[in-house]
Amino acid sequence: MSSVLMVGVDGSTCGERAVEFAARRAKNSGARLYITYIIEWSPFTFSTAMENAERHQRREEEIQRAHSEIVDPIVDRLKAEGLDAEGLVRHGHVADTLNSLAKSKGVVNIILGRQGTSKLKAHVFGSVGSRLVQSAECAVTVVP
Amino acid sequence: MSKLRVGITTLVSLFASFSVFAETGIDEKINLAVKPFADAVAGFVFSSFSVAGVPIPFVLVWLIVAATIFTFYFKFINLRAFKHGFELVRGDYHDPEAAGEVTHFQALATALSGTVGLGNIAGVAVAVSLGGPGATFWMILAGFLGMSSKFTECTLGVKYRNELPDGTVSGGPMYYLTKGLAEKGVGFAKFGKVLAVLFAIFCVGGSFGGGNMFQANQSFAQLVNVTGGDASWLADKGWLFGLIVAGLVGLVIMGGIKGIARVTSKIVPFMAVVYVTAGVAIILMNYSLVPSAIGAIIDGAFTAEGISGGVIGVLFQGFKRAAFSNEAGVGSAAIAHSAVQTNRPVTEGFVALYEPFVDTVVVCTITALVIIITGTWDPSVDPGAGVQLTSTAFESAFSWFPIVLTVAVILFAFSTMISWSYYGLKSWTFLFGENKFTDATYKLLFLFFVVVGSSMQLGAVIDFSDAMIFAMAFPNLLGCYFLLPVVKKELNEYWDDYKAGRLVKTRVS
Repeated sequence: MSSVLMVGVDGSTCGERAVEFAARRAKNSGARLYITYIIEWSPFTFSTAMENAERHQRREEEIQRAHSEIVDPIVDRLKAEGLDAEGLVRHGHVADTLNSLAKSKGVVNIILGRQGTSKLKAHVFGSVGSRLVQSAECAVTVVP
Repeated sequence: MSKLRVGITTLVSLFASFSVFAETGIDEKINLAVKPFADAVAGFVFSSFSVAGVPIPFVLVWLIVAATIFTFYFKFINLRAFKHGFELVRGDYHDPEAAGEVTHFQALATALSGTVGLGNIAGVAVAVSLGGPGATFWMILAGFLGMSSKFTECTLGVKYRNELPDGTVSGGPMYYLTKGLAEKGVGFAKFGKVLAVLFAIFCVGGSFGGGNMFQANQSFAQLVNVTGGDASWLADKGWLFGLIVAGLVGLVIMGGIKGIARVTSKIVPFMAVVYVTAGVAIILMNYSLVPSAIGAIIDGAFTAEGISGGVIGVLFQGFKRAAFSNEAGVGSAAIAHSAVQTNRPVTEGFVALYEPFVDTVVVCTITALVIIITGTWDPSVDPGAGVQLTSTAFESAFSWFPIVLTVAVILFAFSTMISWSYYGLKSWTFLFGENKFTDATYKLLFLFFVVVGSSMQLGAVIDFSDAMIFAMAFPNLLGCYFLLPVVKKELNEYWDDYKAGRLVKTRVS
């Protein structure tokens, strides 16, 4: 039985390192790879009537852009290397959404790049990695 | 016909007075030019019939009767769906696949930012100063009944919304009056079209009146008030304030500077919390006076000594300000709520119950209690009309509060203007078609009225604002009566699923 890995990417070089790490492991084990991008979004924000009217359309655009600019190029590259890869784009709280997606896809290991955030920023806004390490229901690997 | 002629001539002279733009007395000129027109519109909409010598405006009866009938027809939906509405707002039934779409919370927050505002601050002050403490009782009752009207119109707003070719979602009475009534047959289709056009005309008027001039007027009044009253340098420069506000609104609605709107939409809820907290603090600081204030509210509701029009006069003030504040039955909320992501229209109806509740039952009641407890409503005190009265009431407890209130009032006014410019624009394009020219025409007119509203005196503005907003209720509620069975069907199907546990609850609490 081949395992399933999920890589959280954010368009940064840290995400790239996580992809490389996951790709090496997938090559050895034949694991399936999910390349996942989460668009930060909260159901409890305030918006204008005009924004609400355009929201459905904007959402489609956001998903499409995340696919075309970040996720799909990675997936294509991995596929070209002969790996079993699929891209996923979702809206939500980054750590919580990665966790619930991993659960629904039967992922055994979530792989993230280390974020280069400052201590203060991580303290105020929380870091995706540490939040995920505390809440995830599968193994979490943070690639330096 | 003569009324129409009066209207046209005043509009012409209004433009003339603008072209003169003399250095002094611009405000006065604008006021004199617009007043006859405003009075004529108000006189028509508030045409009343007499019961035992007391004049009762027909439109008010119209609103109360509809809200009461809807409440009974849906078996007190305002109370029995209250808990479920909260679960929906909290996101208990949110579909994870739809993450990123407009949530129930967001639709409600947007609708509330269009209604919570000056009506809760200035309107309540007007009601209590003209109708006495007893007006509060009728205001709260009107708030509860109004929940059923909101439920009805917002359910319909979502059910018959339009998904336009460019991917945007657009809904409101214009659409449910046309599409909903068309389902009932050919004759009804024509009838629905007429109602929809009437609604759209009144909505454009309301967007210039209550959604614009009233807001500009009252925020300017408060600004003058805190900068020194009549002695303020700003006192006769309403037009200048109007030009500045029009410039800012213009940046948002014409310039597409969404940043300003986005920042406002985040500050406004914060200001609302500050306002409510300060109100609650004043009530708690004077907790020994609360029982007598509640006594005055209940006594005043049924005795009404010295109030013109007696009990009916008190009831009129309470209901009028409640309706103006929460807009239940007016139809504007149906436009704001309709962008929500749901495949069960009735869910947004449940969520919309919270609009009159928060707006009228909670916020207006807090304002009224503060005004009554601090004694500022007493006619012998005479702190001024509208928002100044509320400002004085809060000042008696916190000397610095008028400054906070001024910021709050201006921000509330600004966000209400942005909301109403959207409602008005949707109605305008429904009437004249959707293209760049009609779009720009409406927006320029809207900005023009910001300046007019800042320059007029309160009485004329309030009358005109009330008139246009209440006029929307005639076509809207008439159509709603015919569409009640549609809402009932949606409600019953959903309620059965809910009771039987067939709905997917995504968050277990």
